[in-house]
Amino acid sequence: MSEISGYIRPDGRVGIRNHVLVLPTVSCVNGVVRRIAEAVPGVASAVHPHGCGRGGPRDLEILFRILSGMIRHPNVGGVVLIGLGCEVSSIANLRPFIHKAEKPIEMFNVQTDGGSLETARKGIDAARRMLQDLQSQRRSPMTWEKVIVAMECGGSDALSGVTANVALGAISDWLVEKGATVIFGENTEMIGTAGALKRRAKNEQIAGQIERMIDRAEKLTRDVMGELAGLVISPGNMDGGISTIAEKSMGCVVKGGTTTIRQVVDYGEAPTERGLILQDGPGYDCDSMAGLAAGGAQLMFFSTGRGTPVGFPVMPVVKVASNTEVYQAMSDDIDVNAGVLTQGASLEALRDEMIQRMIRIINGEQTKAEINRMEVFSFMTVHPPF
Amino acid sequence: MDNVLVVHPRDNVGIAVKAVAAGEAVVIQGQEWFRALEDIPANHKIALADIAPNEEIIKYGEPIAVSTQPIQKGRWVHTHNLASQAWKK
Repeated sequence: MSEISGYIRPDGRVGIRNHVLVLPTVSCVNGVVRRIAEAVPGVASAVHPHGCGRGGPRDLEILFRILSGMIRHPNVGGVVLIGLGCEVSSIANLRPFIHKAEKPIEMFNVQTDGGSLETARKGIDAARRMLQDLQSQRRSPMTWEKVIVAMECGGSDALSGVTANVALGAISDWLVEKGATVIFGENTEMIGTAGALKRRAKNEQIAGQIERMIDRAEKLTRDVMGELAGLVISPGNMDGGISTIAEKSMGCVVKGGTTTIRQVVDYGEAPTERGLILQDGPGYDCDSMAGLAAGGAQLMFFSTGRGTPVGFPVMPVVKVASNTEVYQAMSDDIDVNAGVLTQGASLEALRDEMIQRMIRIINGEQTKAEINRMEVFSFMTVHPPF
Repeated sequence: MDNVLVVHPRDNVGIAVKAVAAGEAVVIQGQEWFRALEDIPANHKIALADIAPNEEIIKYGEPIAVSTQPIQKGRWVHTHNLASQAWKK
């Protein structure tokens, strides 16, 4: 089986899921969103602690980019947007960012729609109606050129870089060869790899962007952590067999495979090129996931050595264990065992099995994180609230 | 049963996927290669070739460190016999 299918969107993108997303513009109305999600379990919901109280241009840019990226996400067929009324990222202020979303969006403001309970009632009606409407939409064949796969690693162990991330790298190379796009971020985990990544840049300009991105991540790490910056490679890492920061980071960036780096995009920004893309995002898994999803990734592979259950509201997340012990200990949470690479299995065999799994997931098979509803929505800010 | 994993064909170190004792045969993809010259802790690196002082330690096909002394094939490779290059390298 190699055919893939999805929901073709008016903007030309293709969803591999057809979610109704219930999204708060600001944390003040999270309770309303929770009520709607409890009454209509078929929706995806994405409460978050943001939307107001941060005024700097960088934080505003991120806020609007991530929220509009969620609304425009290809796996989202319709949106119920719940606002308060006086927040920074109000429905009125979001409108310019979403007017081209070209999908059904119903919007309610708690301050003008009758308070929380009445707004929840309206939201429940809208969500039910929208779910009903989306059911008539059918999948159509899609090409790999329309696929964006994100690569992530978290809760890593000493084997993550030599089993699971190597398997992710093999998938990345296969996808790029097929014409698909692969995107990964986690700039703090690129420290020490600028030389290796720059050599693979499409041109001098992109090489320069890679260098500046990693320099900033390194400087920020030193500024924020001071003397503790050395903990980016910790005594625990060293006991585990990792000797240098370059070794640790290579074990991270190997998940992007070996192809040419076509573009560097900002946190939450969607690529305009196909092929391998770097995103200038943070190492913290949950914030990283939101940036990659807002960038349009329909699917994520996520490697883990210690084990993490985390998923994302509108993007299926495929968990890949670096070792057999964690795969068995968290069998409800982890989809693939790359620990077989330490037990004599070949990388080619594992890769081919993962490709078949990926095709089934694109075509609708649920991942463990989807089945368990382990979704988390959290995104980066650069300044504290005021 | 394999006890050492090699990530990239260019690498001069492999990873012991289980503890390898001194004198034990190193098995990579079902084939016995050479014997470990000392105990290699699980998940640590073993030299796949003789490495000269100041030679790059290659893993993932990329330099991850430089050696600070001669390292014989079969020796444990870690912070005692390598040095980190600058972060940016």
